[in-house]
Amino acid sequence: MAQTRKELLVDPLVDNNPITLQVLGICSALAVTSSLQVSMVMALAVIFVTAFSSMFISMLRNQIPGSIRIIVQMVIIASLVILVDQILKAYAFQISKTLSVFVGLIITNCIVMGRAEAFAMKNPPVASFIDGLGNGTGYGLILMLVGVIRELFGSGSLFGLTILQTVNNGGWYVPNGLLLLPPSAFFVIGLLIWAFRTWKPNQVEEREFKIQSVEAH
Amino acid sequence: MEGLLSLAVKAVFVENLALSFFLGMCTFIAVSKKISTALGLGISVMLVQAITVPTNNLLLSYLLKPGALAWAGFPDVDLTFLGLISYIGVIAAMVQILEMILDKYFPPLYNALGIFLPLITVNCAILGGSLFMVERDYNFAEAATYGLSSGFGWALAITAMAGVREKLKYSDVPDGLQGLGITFITAGLMAMAFMSFSGVKL
Repeated sequence: MAQTRKELLVDPLVDNNPITLQVLGICSALAVTSSLQVSMVMALAVIFVTAFSSMFISMLRNQIPGSIRIIVQMVIIASLVILVDQILKAYAFQISKTLSVFVGLIITNCIVMGRAEAFAMKNPPVASFIDGLGNGTGYGLILMLVGVIRELFGSGSLFGLTILQTVNNGGWYVPNGLLLLPPSAFFVIGLLIWAFRTWKPNQVEEREFKIQSVEAH
Repeated sequence: MEGLLSLAVKAVFVENLALSFFLGMCTFIAVSKKISTALGLGISVMLVQAITVPTNNLLLSYLLKPGALAWAGFPDVDLTFLGLISYIGVIAAMVQILEMILDKYFPPLYNALGIFLPLITVNCAILGGSLFMVERDYNFAEAATYGLSSGFGWALAITAMAGVREKLKYSDVPDGLQGLGITFITAGLMAMAFMSFSGVKL
């Protein structure tokens, strides 16, 4: 095995992050990040589904015929998501209402499929489980980070507890309403990607066109 | 009729799947580098969406809803928990069938759209459309309208995005923002523009 287990777990957190580098799974990531609590539940759900689907698919990898592998993977992932959905409905009904369709959309979250296809089909169950755990956590990390920024500056609180006293409640902080609206998630992630790539310059993409300086005559 | 028209306008502009619910973002970002490919993908999404949302609606009302199996003699069976797995099954099957039909009867169209069709099974916009249909309790006519118009809205958004990106590649973007970063910020600006449609009612 080329990578040690620790590398499998830690690598996707920053160096090979599923959102900022591999551009996977942004679909359901953005809409649920307007508050930290909801982002955390979403992150946990994704970590659970990625880790276990990778493990089960890897256990079955020698039995799955190549031509129908996508459908088999879909069935495994969908069953796990149904499990998560039912648990949330039973024990955290309010949050499951807020997440609405986005729990179901974990099925089509590209991270889950991507890891199943790229890693779990070729590697033994334990390694796949750790790989799924790592990638799910890398995704969850970005989700929580965006959740913290949006909730702290959008409504001055974290987990619903007031951190920055807002003007409406007699404090000093004027909340930035834009951060509660959907477009702000794009800006926050765009800026996060910028920060990540300034920190790790080897992640910067090649330019398609070079701008050349022209001598003045 | 007016209700359906208003639903369609709302699905295209106000509740645009790509820009206000972030559905289908992976493909939205990955396939929006050229207008022609973006348009091809947009049309395929619209086609698949227009077929799968009404089909899933029928599935829901005749098989899954509580009491829906009364015609088969099981009046108190509730199968709604099987929803997710059946919708994704319908979508995967529909995409496969569509691919085969296009290949057999419309080869030029197949050559143009063929490469996008497998991608669509895992496009969240398609599953999202069906789930929204379930959550908002649409009847068959509303589901058909919603499917077509939300697909159109997605196609509109990705084509517009591709138009912006084709110009954008000539501009001098800071290194860290190159590619993915600037695309996100552009999408954010577009989403803000689309938000100005909210409040439009017919």
